[in-house]
Amino acid sequence: MITIKDLKKSFNGLEVLKGVNLTIPDGKITFIMGQSGTGKSVLLKHIVGLLKPDSGEIWFENKDITKLSEKELQKIRRKIGFLFQEGALFDSMTVKENIIFPLKEHFKMSKAEMEKIAEELLSAVDLLSAKNKYPSELSGGMKKRAALARTLALRPQVVLFDEPTTGLDPILQVSILELIKNLKEKYNLTCIIVSHDINLAFKFSDYIAFLHGGVIIEVGTPEEIKASNNEFVKKFIESALL
Amino acid sequence: MNFFSLLGRGFLKVLSDCGGIFLFFLKSLIYSFFPPYRVKLLIKHMEFIGVKSWLVVILTSLFSGMVTAYQVNIALAKVGSQSILGGVVALTLTRELGPVLTAVVVIARAGSAISAELGSMRITEQIDALKIMAVNPIQYLISPRLWAAILVLPLLTAISDFVGIAGGYVVGTFLLHIDPGLLTARMVDMVELKDIMSGIIKSIFFGAYLVTVCGYKGYYASGGAEGVGRATTEAVVISTVGILVVDYILTTLIF
Repeated sequence: MITIKDLKKSFNGLEVLKGVNLTIPDGKITFIMGQSGTGKSVLLKHIVGLLKPDSGEIWFENKDITKLSEKELQKIRRKIGFLFQEGALFDSMTVKENIIFPLKEHFKMSKAEMEKIAEELLSAVDLLSAKNKYPSELSGGMKKRAALARTLALRPQVVLFDEPTTGLDPILQVSILELIKNLKEKYNLTCIIVSHDINLAFKFSDYIAFLHGGVIIEVGTPEEIKASNNEFVKKFIESALL
Repeated sequence: MNFFSLLGRGFLKVLSDCGGIFLFFLKSLIYSFFPPYRVKLLIKHMEFIGVKSWLVVILTSLFSGMVTAYQVNIALAKVGSQSILGGVVALTLTRELGPVLTAVVVIARAGSAISAELGSMRITEQIDALKIMAVNPIQYLISPRLWAAILVLPLLTAISDFVGIAGGYVVGTFLLHIDPGLLTARMVDMVELKDIMSGIIKSIFFGAYLVTVCGYKGYYASGGAEGVGRATTEAVVISTVGILVVDYILTTLIF
């Protein structure tokens, strides 16, 4: 379980997070929804320690992530994967080399073992045929699937997804989220997905949290969110259904 | 904003950059002593910084040696001391021109590439991806490059010294018609081992300096493709001007 308590963060005097409180349950898919520029990605980067908050706490496995040193954070990061919006694949490596990279860094395995794991992961994301391609040769959806395979290489307990469907066509959006859901079941993952697509959230989430004005204004199951009385949430859902 | 405010801001920016670059250097150096030791990356960067630069270094040094001999001869002719041409050219090259020219060539060829590559990795979040995978980005990206430059610059400088002196010898002998025996004898008389070593030792400092500055600018690039371009330009300008400053400081304080 990840617990965020009163998290605040400003950039150049502009307060982006004004006291976020949120609990992420284990083994579930939680969507963090909100308008563009409301600090959803900023919140995600705090959870993995890429950003330090001005104040507040983030608890994971009885440790406050915000207080950890870089060395201690490295241990935590092996348990929390992060899928960047554009994939952030290493463009000097092939897809397979990208997946082998974290294995090589953290495990003592033979080359054959690493290649076997990489190919298993690529099969899981249906990308085995592109294993020897470079990221520049991949489409947007393929990049995201390759990055997802790389994220799973370290067998994380939690995976954070920064807008995994942005820039993809509707069919690919659904296929990526189905893939995430399947992998969640297969590897028993806790998934946190930042998105602004409420329809996808209703279909694929266990919980939805709304970030607005720097705070979480509503949390609940898709049914609870649909029945919400919050004006902003209602307006957000209505706009998406237009 | 008044003049003094602008001046103050500029001064603070320079101070902050200097402090940042120094800390970046210390981190790169200290992390390199801790495992995992990245020998393959070290060799890869030695090839990129060294092997792929030797031809440009040779061309630059050859013509610099030739033109130095030609110009120095004009000055020496005015006081009737052309006999010491070989020694003067060799001293100029081993103490100053060899290490400085080599460093400038490496900045132009490899330093700019380091800055652009790291800047591109920064804006496409590849550096953050390294952090997420619990890999120390400075230890992975900068430390091997730092040691590669420290190891390779002295070798390139030695090549530059040799080729430059050879260029001076060719001009002195065939164009200026100075006796080859006299030319060589003066070189041997006037150039001591410490002259050669001062240039070689300087090049170690230059290697560390250029990788630190170019690495720092690329590593902290921001602002998209334009930001990468800006970071690369700043890296080349600051490291080239800085090499001359470092050269002056090293020459007056140590050599």
